Amino acid sequence: MSKKVQAIYLWWHKPVIDQELLQSLPNLKVIANSGVGMDHLDLKLVASFGVKMANAPHAVSSSTADTGMGLLLASARRLVEGHHIAISAGVEDCEADFLGVEVTGATLGIIGMGNIGYKIALRAKAFEMNILYHNRTRRKEQEEQAVGATYCEKIDNLLQQADFVMVVVSLTPQTHKLIGRRELELMKPTATLINISRGAVIDQEALVTALQTGVIRAAALDVTYPEPLPRDHTLLKLKNVIITPHLGIKTDKATYMITEEAVENILAALNGLPIPSEVLPS
Amino acid sequence: MWYHKPVINEELLQSLPNLKIVASSGVGIDHLDRNLLSSYGVKLSNTPFVVSTDTADLGMALMLASSRRLVEGYQMAVSPDTEYFPADWLGAELSGATLGIVGMGTIGYKVAERAKAFEMKILYHNRNQRNKEEESAVGAVYCKKIEDLLHQSDFVLLSVNLTAQTHKLIGKRELELMKPTATLINISRGLVVDQDALVEALHNKVIKAAALDVTYPEPLPRDHPLLKLKNVIITPHIGSATKKTRRLMMENMTESIQAGLTGLPIPNEVL
Repeated sequence: MSKKVQAIYLWWHKPVIDQELLQSLPNLKVIANSGVGMDHLDLKLVASFGVKMANAPHAVSSSTADTGMGLLLASARRLVEGHHIAISAGVEDCEADFLGVEVTGATLGIIGMGNIGYKIALRAKAFEMNILYHNRTRRKEQEEQAVGATYCEKIDNLLQQADFVMVVVSLTPQTHKLIGRRELELMKPTATLINISRGAVIDQEALVTALQTGVIRAAALDVTYPEPLPRDHTLLKLKNVIITPHLGIKTDKATYMITEEAVENILAALNGLPIPSEVLPS
Repeated sequence: MWYHKPVINEELLQSLPNLKIVASSGVGIDHLDRNLLSSYGVKLSNTPFVVSTDTADLGMALMLASSRRLVEGYQMAVSPDTEYFPADWLGAELSGATLGIVGMGTIGYKVAERAKAFEMKILYHNRNQRNKEEESAVGAVYCKKIEDLLHQSDFVLLSVNLTAQTHKLIGKRELELMKPTATLINISRGLVVDQDALVEALHNKVIKAAALDVTYPEPLPRDHPLLKLKNVIITPHIGSATKKTRRLMMENMTESIQAGLTGLPIPNEVL
């Protein structure tokens, strides 16, 4: 059976691709990932077996951008807290002083302006948000103008001005713990941190401290490290934190599109054609 | 007047012979008897425009939260019983879906502007059709018959004001015209929806889900079935509940009161 396997479609990090598995599948030609993040794969190891790799960058962008905006709005308007008040047995009167923070006209700082980051900018523009962004490379002027985004070469400038900081980078050695104590302290005390990238991009311990001491106002995290968090983790208990179970691409439509994209990549690899979304070890 | 208190009735008006003006917070004035006020020579003002963007933002927040099952997801993420996140747990995609806006006033239009950026297809139903420029700016298609909107929409958002004509606008018939995969979002007034019909529709999967910032009454009795349904998000009427907007509302109300007391033209007067 193992001699017949030519392609693997990796669904939510399973199966685990290690030396043992690769050695047992001599005819494996391609691994197609369901999603865009490749941080769970040892790219060099896979390449050393002559196996090609592909991800699904296009199918994920809209649904992940929607998740980012959903978390931003839910956190700003205290939607989860509000729902619990609305349905809880102990409530007799609506609190007239239950207030959130404005989204329209606020400043959004996007860290990581790739496909997903850009789609977030497009959405945020419709909320008349002032958009700043930080990226390895600056986008073209046309692209910046289309969303009214201002480049911040230094991440510090973005952090100091933003009311909402949205983290949309891929996880690499350079972005590991990109947001730590220093970065959190540069943020406004009224600011909200939203993470839709990878848990390890944020120093979680530093985040807990920042949230508990009012260094920042709130956080909304679709990703953590690990997933799920241990059940006694402090982040699960903080009132000013919304955590969602890695919803990024979990829609019927996105799942379908991701699978289509993966199949395209697999067929190309098996037919010796150029692979549309090939990922090379850097 | 804040959150409908105090209740303005005959008794109160009789006891306040020198009352000149009632300044109401927010845009809705369905809780006030305008004829009664005017019979006592008391003026009325509201705060119409300052609440629009926050309310539109909340409409989008509810739509996103409902479609992606954000509240359920949160509960799973923090529950002591969760051991792993199931890979087949899915929500519905908002981008590219069809949004039907019932009531395309200031707030409805701002919802359309936001939804357009999510590449949503926008239909709307309104007493009057908007002009061509306004329609094409947001890519909105007019549905003279509400039925056409209900048939085609993945999300139906209510942003009408409450009047005799919009009371129970969405009842059993309208819910049955909606797609079984559709979601109802209400940011207008609880009474625009026939709540009992809504409970039944949700129970019988006539529609998929609902997200309500408003109910009737507010809050609902603690044993109300809407509070127990998994596919319902309820928020405690927080459409305009941000620090900035509340301050602006107060400023508007103060301006109206001052004008009312000095006999000057009243900003935001309701006639």
